[in-house]
Amino acid sequence: MGYSELIKNFERIRDYMREFYVYGFKSREEYSAKSARSYDNERRRIESWLGGYMAFRQNAAGKNVFLSVDSRSIPRNPLHKAFKARSFTSKDITLHFYILDILAEGNALSFREIADRINDEYLSHFSGAFSLDESTIRKKLKEYESLGLLQSEKSGREVLYRRTGREKFPLESWADALEFYAEEDPVGVIGSYLLDKLEDPPDSFRFKHHYILHALDSDILCQLLEAIGQRRSVELTVRNLRSGFDYRRTVCPLKIYISTQTGRQYLLGYYYRGRRMAFFRLDAIKKAVPGSEDLDYNIHMEHQSGFARHLWGVSTGAGYRLDHLEMTVHFGPGEAHIPRRLEREKRHGSVEMLDGHTCRFTADVYDASEMLPWLRTFIGRIVELKCSDQSVTDTFREDLRRMRAMYGGDGDAVQ
Amino acid sequence: MLFSEIYGSYFNVVAAVLAEAAEGCLTDARLTGLVREKAFAESVLSIPAALKSGEWPLLGEGFEPVIRHRPDMPLTSLQKRWLKALLLDPRIALFAPDAAGLEDVTPLYQPDTFVRFDQYADGDPYEDERYIGRFRTVLQAIREKRLLRLGFYGRTGSRRSVTCAPYRLEYSAKDDKFRLLAVDRRQRHTINLARTYDCEALEAYDPGSFRLPQRQLRELVLLLHDERNALERVLLHFSHYEKETQKLDDRLYQVRLRYDREDEIELLIRVLSFGPVLEVKSPAGFIALVKARIDLQFQQQ
Repeated sequence: MGYSELIKNFERIRDYMREFYVYGFKSREEYSAKSARSYDNERRRIESWLGGYMAFRQNAAGKNVFLSVDSRSIPRNPLHKAFKARSFTSKDITLHFYILDILAEGNALSFREIADRINDEYLSHFSGAFSLDESTIRKKLKEYESLGLLQSEKSGREVLYRRTGREKFPLESWADALEFYAEEDPVGVIGSYLLDKLEDPPDSFRFKHHYILHALDSDILCQLLEAIGQRRSVELTVRNLRSGFDYRRTVCPLKIYISTQTGRQYLLGYYYRGRRMAFFRLDAIKKAVPGSEDLDYNIHMEHQSGFARHLWGVSTGAGYRLDHLEMTVHFGPGEAHIPRRLEREKRHGSVEMLDGHTCRFTADVYDASEMLPWLRTFIGRIVELKCSDQSVTDTFREDLRRMRAMYGGDGDAVQ
Repeated sequence: MLFSEIYGSYFNVVAAVLAEAAEGCLTDARLTGLVREKAFAESVLSIPAALKSGEWPLLGEGFEPVIRHRPDMPLTSLQKRWLKALLLDPRIALFAPDAAGLEDVTPLYQPDTFVRFDQYADGDPYEDERYIGRFRTVLQAIREKRLLRLGFYGRTGSRRSVTCAPYRLEYSAKDDKFRLLAVDRRQRHTINLARTYDCEALEAYDPGSFRLPQRQLRELVLLLHDERNALERVLLHFSHYEKETQKLDDRLYQVRLRYDREDEIELLIRVLSFGPVLEVKSPAGFIALVKARIDLQFQQQ
């Protein structure tokens, strides 16, 4: 089969787009896990969808392709385009316009009436070999009913189909909300689909600290949201991001944790076999197959709300043991923004003013090592750092020593 | 099903083509133009041919449509369920859309399904009626290209006022705040919406009379030492910047990213958060800032 810019399966393109967007330093030869032809086709597709955002660099190792986007300056997430490239057959597109046209006036018709009208009033205009068999039409009607485009009703022994939404939906009144949520909502790609229906979509918003990559996980996220809504278990196929190997876990999905500062998204679920809460990165989940309803859903949720009180991020450390951490910070005159920063960034921790220029942050969390990146943002102001897990303060000091050496100094800095 | 052809660019562009055909104004050139405008770069190789050859039997030889109505598609269940979920978000009060048609729809998710665990706690007051009123005035002024008279509290808490041409509202999920981007004849203004106390839309302005300011971008060059999974963490963390990464050695990479000068301090602490796996190579002023923080830390003992 020849090349097409459309795709049937999202999984492979998801991997390539991620590679081009996040990394972008690999040459064609380095995509060793995939065939050269596969690489060429996927690159060509992405270029066709996102041409304006593709960049190239030639070096001794070959030509590198990467996606470079300043997400603060763009009105729409370009990665949504990948979701608008699903392949279809000639029958799919033909039936789409025929069926919605036949039922456009709100009438209800049986399968037989629809099939007859397709043949008599539409296909009769063409003398070619194109034909639509009854089973294809019947399947399309069922499919559109499940998508919510059609509804069926019994009339005697017949099933009649009509279009849903007899009243015109007031989509124009949603225009500004669509523009905002298409970018901001975790499944904003649905908003992007709706924006496509507007004649003149607005252009009023931009987004700072805008992580657009998560859009590629929207299909998985949608399946997880369905399962959460129905309180069903799911069997996950997850790729270990370091080893590359796949493994399976059956969990009761409970929450989606989103980092607004790193761009990562996680599923939090109750892992049945391990009898514990577990996090899975959404971009590592390849498949989520819904299972049966979990009758203990409320028990898991109760467990989750207690469990969440001591999470700094998404790590539980070893054995749910709590680490106690204290950081004393000094701020000078005109630096009142420092205690304000601590207040707004403290999460489950607490902040205590010790005097007019010193305050102490305290927290009890499962894994204090997860706090290290945040603690480092106070470098230059930390008077004292204490943690019940000695390795946390040791790592902080050692890193600081290395940083000083890196920039031309040495010594020890924190008590 | 989220990934479906019914939401795809091809279906959308064919609907647009059929709509023009129904009005009797479709030509060969217009067909190609619509495909170029609404689909992908290579779609022009496939869509016009499929329509003209009868592979997709939707257009007659004289470009007359076979369908009898202007093509349109009802909202799918997924789209309605997503819209219903938005109605539960506090920020929807800023927009007040018409919820008719969603009465019996189950939301796709509940607001507490998502936990934004590192979002700052001092987000904008989305339930404050006065804030909502100001937000809507600003949004309307942006849409209608009208001047705004704004009263707001400056960084020091002093009351200030400005008459300006608003051009965008910028939202940050990390800060959970909206900021107004505006310009007057002399300068660009960036004003936290929550700091405004008064807002009045004035007369329409001529967009040609204001030049949208260019952001002052600088380039930061970093050496990335790939230990503790730093490569993945750093590149994802900074993925929202325009950037370029080069592999220099087995576990050594160079990252160039372009940042807004006014966000330098924020970027500084983000670089510091990675510790010794990130080494700033330029600009010199940025290196000096890093060194100053490290030196200050050593003086704190």
